Amino acid sequence: MSGSVKDFSEVNRGLSEENAVFEALRCMNCVRPTCMKGCPVCIDIPAFIQQIAERDFAGAAATLKKDNMLPAICGRVCPQESQCEGACILAKKEKPVAIGALERFVADWERKHGMTLPEIAPPSGKRVAVVGSGPAGLTAAAELARLGHTVTVFESLHEAGGVLTYGIPNFRLPKDIVRAEIEQVKALGVEIRLNHLVGRSVSTDELLSYDAVFLGTGAGLPYFMDIEGENLNGVYSANEFLTRVNLMHADCFPEFDTPVKRGCRVVVVGGGNVAMDAARVARRLGGEVTLVYRRRKEDLPARAVEVANAVAEGVQFVCCANPVRVIGEKTVEGVECVQMEMCDLDESGRPKPSCIEGSNFVIEADVFIEAIGQGPNPLLISMLPHLDRARRGNVVVDDDGMTTIDGVYAGGDVATGAATVIWAMGSAKKAAAAIDRHLRRE
Amino acid sequence: MYLVEEATQLADRVFQMWITAPQVARHARAGQFLIIRLDETGERVPLTISAVRGDQVRIIFMAVGKTTEHLSSMKKGDAISDVVGPLGTPSEIERYGTVVVIGGGVGIASTPIIAREAKEAGNHVIGIIGARNKDFLILEDEMTEICDELFITTDDGSKGVHGFASTVLDELCKNQKLDCVWIVGPAIMMKVTSAVTRPYGVKTFVSLNPIMVDGTGMCGSCRVTVGGETKFACVDGPEFDAHQVDFDELMSRQRTYTDEEKASLEHYHHGGCGCCGGDH
Ligand SMILES: Cc1cc2nc3c(=O)[nH]c(=O)nc-3n(C[C@H](O)[C@H](O)[C@H](O)COP(=O)(O)OP(=O)(O)OC[C@H]3O[C@@H](n4cnc5c(N)ncnc54)[C@H](O)[C@@H]3O)c2cc1C
Ligand SMILES: Cc1cc2nc3c(=O)[nH]c(=O)nc-3n(C[C@H](O)[C@H](O)[C@H](O)COP(=O)(O)OP(=O)(O)OC[C@H]3O[C@@H](n4cnc5c(N)ncnc54)[C@H](O)[C@@H]3O)c2cc1C
Ligand code: SF4
Ligand code: SF4
Ligand code: FES
Ligand SMILES: [Mg+2]
Repeated sequence: MSGSVKDFSEVNRGLSEENAVFEALRCMNCVRPTCMKGCPVCIDIPAFIQQIAERDFAGAAATLKKDNMLPAICGRVCPQESQCEGACILAKKEKPVAIGALERFVADWERKHGMTLPEIAPPSGKRVAVVGSGPAGLTAAAELARLGHTVTVFESLHEAGGVLTYGIPNFRLPKDIVRAEIEQVKALGVEIRLNHLVGRSVSTDELLSYDAVFLGTGAGLPYFMDIEGENLNGVYSANEFLTRVNLMHADCFPEFDTPVKRGCRVVVVGGGNVAMDAARVARRLGGEVTLVYRRRKEDLPARAVEVANAVAEGVQFVCCANPVRVIGEKTVEGVECVQMEMCDLDESGRPKPSCIEGSNFVIEADVFIEAIGQGPNPLLISMLPHLDRARRGNVVVDDDGMTTIDGVYAGGDVATGAATVIWAMGSAKKAAAAIDRHLRRE
Repeated sequence: MYLVEEATQLADRVFQMWITAPQVARHARAGQFLIIRLDETGERVPLTISAVRGDQVRIIFMAVGKTTEHLSSMKKGDAISDVVGPLGTPSEIERYGTVVVIGGGVGIASTPIIAREAKEAGNHVIGIIGARNKDFLILEDEMTEICDELFITTDDGSKGVHGFASTVLDELCKNQKLDCVWIVGPAIMMKVTSAVTRPYGVKTFVSLNPIMVDGTGMCGSCRVTVGGETKFACVDGPEFDAHQVDFDELMSRQRTYTDEEKASLEHYHHGGCGCCGGDH
């Protein structure tokens, strides 16, 4: 099902109504549904699937919305194979029920047929500030609004959505879908204040004057490799490259003002979903793309389906190699790499790569994109007094998402380090429940 | 939407604009900037916050390309889609003693707010504003009012000292003890001017202007090398210790999109008429 690399339209086209019902009939409606254990927001999976089987699509949508306000997004980007579907009882026997595809089907059906809102509790009179409008912030905001609290979300960018908007490309997650699901959150009464960088546009005192605070600022700080030539023109962090294209629409330059170096030969370093996205975007901008990864192909941390899509779209993989220098005068001319050999297993159970002396080789390139990971943006969290942070910079929270400041909670990537949309949402939901208890206790 | 309250031309291609942006005005400090996006298809462009009054902030900019030209055509009552700020770390204002605040060209825009805060902190403030010729000089009255002493320089001698800000700064360094210097202007001007204070060991700040996108520390477009380390100018700066800055790298990176910038301006002028053979 690989899409055309010429455009940014969605690659996976989703299920038809007939196929959805057919797939739903495969679900055994288990008494102890193991699938639900794999879903961090605990969607009542057998229930919504039964409703699909009965062609009660509106009912299925309502079931989803009880636990997840962003189903069209999750149905598309959740790594279902290691979440709900991985835990489905049928996964071991034949093929798991295509829970993600079904979720997406229902959400898309509802969007076409008119959305309905879940119930909202009477006003509590409490004000909650949510920082960041990524999946964590949106989920916390939606939950708290439903529980009757007055919620204000602060977002520094000019569009809401966090990584959903600036990071994940259109061909995996169309932006009109992100916008529609955000509108739903707003319809619950959540106010989203764009262009507000908390710590700068809103002082920490103002922030802490709310009855409770949820920090969902994500892990947006791009890491660089710290190699020679890294500041040459044409070297991008994946964040910058993807932001230019997804948020600023540089693919439509000069209709849109923001430029991006399209690159004839693009080298991407990294092996996660971010690297796959950067590589696939670069392909769509017309470049020959080589992805360099330091371990073996079977160790790639990206979802298998994303790797397969990248391969199908013509991305070349150079595994067991690592860039050591960017070559060029003022702009990138090549990337010098060294071959890696796999030694003993490390803590994560993967082989530890180490350089092979003298194995250096050069890949010609005019654009070099680094997708080697991100950490929490330190701006706000370093300004909050008494907020404990772990070694990698992420905010320390307890099981309820509470930080070391009373009334301040955190969830999503800022607490866990770069993870997934659904983990961000799961932790936000827990924190929202704890915030609700905190507010009602007072 | 952010309303343009006042728009005037100050000099050839240099414009001043007051914009209502309460969340920026409320917290703005010397040395900080904002980012604007004019409309749905706009890019994000950083501009220094040059003054604040009530809910409004002032920007002063030179029309050099697509966005600043478009901005210069906007009038009182027009709306700007997005304004975010204040961004960046405020100037390190302290009671140093004698400080010099230098602006070159449109960089003069940044000087009043720094000079004023420095004055309020109890410093003796010397201002130097320099431009190509007298028609490009801006904010002379304002700086005269704030500074204890003000020097004017023009490259062609049409007003004030014939020469550069560095000429005056060099004289000052020779004749008295300076405790801190701020220099804001084009990269090359900051490079040359800050070289003057180096032998005297005077603490010198420059305000760097690399290409930015988000301005919040999440893309790395604005990275600059300071003291051998990579810094993100939008959050770690934009002001840095001048004597540690790799200006050549900065200037090279500023030119990354020269071709695209030309195409963008072309496109703006000929607006998608298809006659100039662009990509689309
Ligand atoms: C390119 C890419 C592809 C990915 N693909 C997938 C995928 O396919 N599936 C999946 O499950 N996960 C994927 N992920 C991971 C997933 O997107 C993240 O785990 C998730 O978005 C984290 O959500 P969050 O709400 O914690 O943070 P974010 O989505 O990062 O949102 C944080 C928001 O907070 C804002 N913010 C930060 N600081 C401030 C402040 N001080 N004031 C105001 N606003 C602030 C930011 O601008 C941002 O909008 C991907 C990530 C990337 C980068
Ligand atoms: C912190 C900071 C403060 C600034 N303050 C002022 C100011 O007060 N007044 C003023 O006139 N200018 C200021 N600038 C420069 C201003 O941002 C650029 O002049 C503007 O972006 C030009 O846009 P353009 O489309 O009109 O021109 P373009 O033709 O697109 O660009 C002209 C030149 O401006 C620079 N530039 C382009 N895009 C960007 C960008 N996204 N970010 C930064 N620089 C860019 C490049 O070096 C380019 O060669 C500041 C820049 C920074 C980083
Ligand atoms: S939200 Fe994600 S994990 Fe949960 S059921 Fe849906 S696809 Fe599975
Ligand atoms: S485990 Fe699989 S079969 Fe059982 S209820 Fe869940 S989706 Fe259906
Ligand atoms: S402009 Fe993106 S990190 Fe500074
Ligand atoms: Mg421009």
